[in-house]
Amino acid sequence: MFGFILRRLAVAIPTLLLLIVVSFLLMYAAPGGPFTQERALPPQVLANLNAKYGLDQPLWRQIVGYVWGIVAHFDFGPSFVYPDRSVNQIIAAGFPVTLTYGGIAFAVAVAVGISLGVAAAIRQNSWLDHLAVGISIGAQVLPNFVMAPLLVLVFTLWLGWLPGGGWGGPTYWIMPVVALSTSFMASIARITRSSMLEVLGSNHIRTARAKGLPERAVILRHALRPALLPVISYLGPAFVTMITGSVVIDMYFSTGGIGRSFVDSALNRDYAVMMGITILVGALTIFFSLVVDVLYAWIDPKIRY
Amino acid sequence: MTRLFLTTALVAGLALPAFAVQPAEGEKLAENQSYTFWLLDAIKTTDPQKNTDVEGSDVLRQLFEGLMNEDGHGAPVPGVATGFDLSEDKLTYTFHLRPEAKWSNGDPVTAHDFVYAWRRLADPATAAEYAWYMELMNVENATAIVKGEKKPDELGVKAADDHTLEVRLTTPTPYFPKMVTHPSTFPVNQKVVEAGGDNWTQPGKLVGNGAFVLKSHDLGVQISMDKNPEYWDAANVVMEHIKGLTVNDNNVALTRYQAGELDRVQIPAGQYPRLKEQFPDQATSIPFSCTYGYLMNVGEKGPEALKDARVRKALSYAMQRDVVVNQILQGGQKPAYNWTHWAIEGFQMPQIDYASWSQAERLEKAKALLAEAGYGPDKPLKLTLQYNTDESHKRIAVAAQQFYKPLGIELTLNNVEWKVHTDRMQSGDFQMARYAWCADFNEASTFLDFFRSTGMNYGGYSNPEFDKVMDQSKTSEDPNQQYTAAEQILAEDMPLVPIYHYAKVDMIRDDIKGLPTMNVMNNWYARNIYRIQK
Repeated sequence: MFGFILRRLAVAIPTLLLLIVVSFLLMYAAPGGPFTQERALPPQVLANLNAKYGLDQPLWRQIVGYVWGIVAHFDFGPSFVYPDRSVNQIIAAGFPVTLTYGGIAFAVAVAVGISLGVAAAIRQNSWLDHLAVGISIGAQVLPNFVMAPLLVLVFTLWLGWLPGGGWGGPTYWIMPVVALSTSFMASIARITRSSMLEVLGSNHIRTARAKGLPERAVILRHALRPALLPVISYLGPAFVTMITGSVVIDMYFSTGGIGRSFVDSALNRDYAVMMGITILVGALTIFFSLVVDVLYAWIDPKIRY
Repeated sequence: MTRLFLTTALVAGLALPAFAVQPAEGEKLAENQSYTFWLLDAIKTTDPQKNTDVEGSDVLRQLFEGLMNEDGHGAPVPGVATGFDLSEDKLTYTFHLRPEAKWSNGDPVTAHDFVYAWRRLADPATAAEYAWYMELMNVENATAIVKGEKKPDELGVKAADDHTLEVRLTTPTPYFPKMVTHPSTFPVNQKVVEAGGDNWTQPGKLVGNGAFVLKSHDLGVQISMDKNPEYWDAANVVMEHIKGLTVNDNNVALTRYQAGELDRVQIPAGQYPRLKEQFPDQATSIPFSCTYGYLMNVGEKGPEALKDARVRKALSYAMQRDVVVNQILQGGQKPAYNWTHWAIEGFQMPQIDYASWSQAERLEKAKALLAEAGYGPDKPLKLTLQYNTDESHKRIAVAAQQFYKPLGIELTLNNVEWKVHTDRMQSGDFQMARYAWCADFNEASTFLDFFRSTGMNYGGYSNPEFDKVMDQSKTSEDPNQQYTAAEQILAEDMPLVPIYHYAKVDMIRDDIKGLPTMNVMNNWYARNIYRIQK
C-alpha cells in the first residue's frame, strides 16, 4: 500500500509538468493577449508591458522561468490584469471562500444524497422511494444557473431572509451551498439507490438476514459498505469540482471564489492566474483520485494494490 | 499671460468653495448617509496610474482628487487646483494648488506629488497601460519618455513651488483642463508608493487625497470607503459611507436593487419601459458618451466592395436606426447619423443630410447607390459582420441582416469572443465589425481624432482633408466649426455605419440626490451625493 502511494505520487510530478506545458501552449495559441484592449496600445507601451511581465522572452524560457518560480519560491507570478496582486494573493483570497462553500456543499450532498438513496432502496416502490426519486430528479433537472437566481428571488426579494450575495457569516453561505449541492446530491442519491438495490439482492445479505440479524445491522454493517463503492468513485472528482469552485455560484452570489477568477482569467488572458488555478485544480484532482483509490482498498478488502 | 477663470464662482471671489452640490431648501437629510453602487466586475486596481477601467475610475474619483473635477454637466471645476493661467502661446499651463489640500495621512498635497505621479505614468518602468494618456495630453517629451528615449524627469511638468504646477505642452490643446479630470492624472504620495511596493493600494496602506478613504476591498465581492476627515472640503461632504458591490449578472443585480441592497443599478436591455411604468421615480435614462456603429474595413485587407464610398453610404442609409433604438434597445438611446455623441459638452450637432430624410428615402438612395456601384439582385453583395458575444449585439446584427436583405446584400454574421474580436480588428482581419467608441474626456475631438490617419480607426480610413480640419481645430477659437466640417467629411466618406448614441439606463433610488444627470461622461463624485429623509 505504502509503495503504491509513493509510486502514484512519483507519477504525479511529470503529469503536472505536462499539464503546465500543454496549458501554457494552448494559452498562447489563443488570439489576443492580456493587454489587448478596445483601444490598441501604442507599440512602445505594449513593449514596456511585455518587458515587465517577461512576455518578450522566448516561450521555452518563459515556461522554464515559470516552473522554476514555483519550484524554488512557490511563486506563481504577478497577475497581468490585477496589477496590485500576485497570483498567490488572488488564490489565497479566493480559495478559502470556495473551500468553505464547496466543502459544506459536499458534506450536505453526501449526507442527504446517501440517506435519500438508502431510504429509497430499502423501501423500494413505497411512497418514500417515489418521493426520494422525485426529489433527486427534480434537483437534477434544475441546473444551478436556474436555481441561483430563483433562490435570490425567493429568499432575498420576496422573503427578505438572506443577503442576495457577497461573502461574510453563515447567512451568506446558505444559498451558494444549496445551489451548488442539489445536483450533486441528486446524483449521489441515484447512484446510492441503484447500487444499494443491487447489494440488497446479493447472497451475503440473504445470509445475514437468515442468521437473524436485525435489519438495521444488515443495512449498516453488511449492505452499506459495498454499496458505497460506486458512490466513492463518483465522489472523488465531485469533491474536487466542488471545492475548486463554480463560476455560476461565484457569478450569481458574488462570493469572490476562484471559480469566477478562473473563467475571468481565461477571458482576460490573465496567463498567470489561469496557470495558477489550473495547477491547483490539477494537483487536487491527482491527489483526490489517489485518496479514492486508498479508500477503495479500505472499504473493499478484496482490492489489493 | 492671460488669467483664466473657471467658473463664475471664482470670478466672484477666490474664497468661495469649489462646486459642491448642497441639499436644496426644504430637503431634510436622512440619518443614514450611505450609498451603495453596483459594479459589474471586480475592481482591478486602486492605483491611479495603473487603472484602465471605467469602474476603477469611479472608485478612484472618491479616493483621490485631481487638479480639476467636473460639475453636473461635465464642465471642469476646481479640484486641488483653484485655477490656472495659460501662456500667450497656449503651451504652458500654470496651475495654482490650494494650500489646504491634504493627504489622508495628514501630509500636505503639493505640486511635487503631481510631478511624481505624471512622471510615474509615462515611465516605462511603471509599464502603465495608460501611459498613452500622457501623450494624448501633448505634455512635452511624453512620447520620448514612453519610448525610453528620454528620462522620466525630462517630462514637461515641474513644481515651481509647493503650490504651483507648471505644465508645458507640445501643441495647443484647448481641452487640456478637461483632460486633467482623468484619474490617471491624479496625484499619488511618493513616500507611500515607494514604501508599499505593488501592495501600496491595500486597505490600511493606501493614502489618498480624495473625500473618502479605502476601508476594505475584497476582490470581486465589494469595496467600501468612509468619509475622509482630512479632506480639505470635508465640512461640505454629507455622505459618510460608500460601497461598491460586484454582481456579475445584471438581472441578479436588479433583483438585489429591488431587495434594497443597492442604491443604483443598470437596467438590463429591454426592461426600461416596464420599469419606467412601474417605478417612474427610479427608472432613469441619461445620455452616455459612447457611439455604437459598424466599422468598415477600407484598408488593405478589407474587401474590394467596401473601398467604394457609394457602397459604404448604401450600408449606412439602409440601417434602420429607429427600429434598433425603439424596438431592440428601448432605453432612451438616440439614433446616430454622425460620430460624435450629441450630448458632448459644447458640441453643436452638425446638419447631416440623410438624418433628415425618411427611411423610405434613404432606402431608395441606398438602392440607387448600390446599382451605381454595380451591385444588385443579379450581383449580390456578400459581406461578413463580426461582433463580440453579447445579447444586444446579436439582436442588432440579426436585425441588420434583415435591413440589408431587400438591397440584395447577403450579410453573414460572425460571433467571436471579445479578445478575438479586438485582436482581429486591430490586425485588420475583418470586413465589417461592431464597434463602440467611448469618450476619454468630455470634448468632441476624443471622437473625431479616432478617424485621423494616425488615429485608432482599425478600418484603415485616411483622408488628408479630414486630418487638416482636425489640425485646425486645435488652435481654433471656435472648434465647433471644424468639428462640423469633419462630421460632414465623415458623412461623405462613411467609414462607419453610425447606429446609435448611448444612454445610461439605470434604476436610482429616489432618496439619493446629487448624482450628475447631464454629464455625458457620467463621472460622479460621492462628495456631492446625499440621501434625503422621505
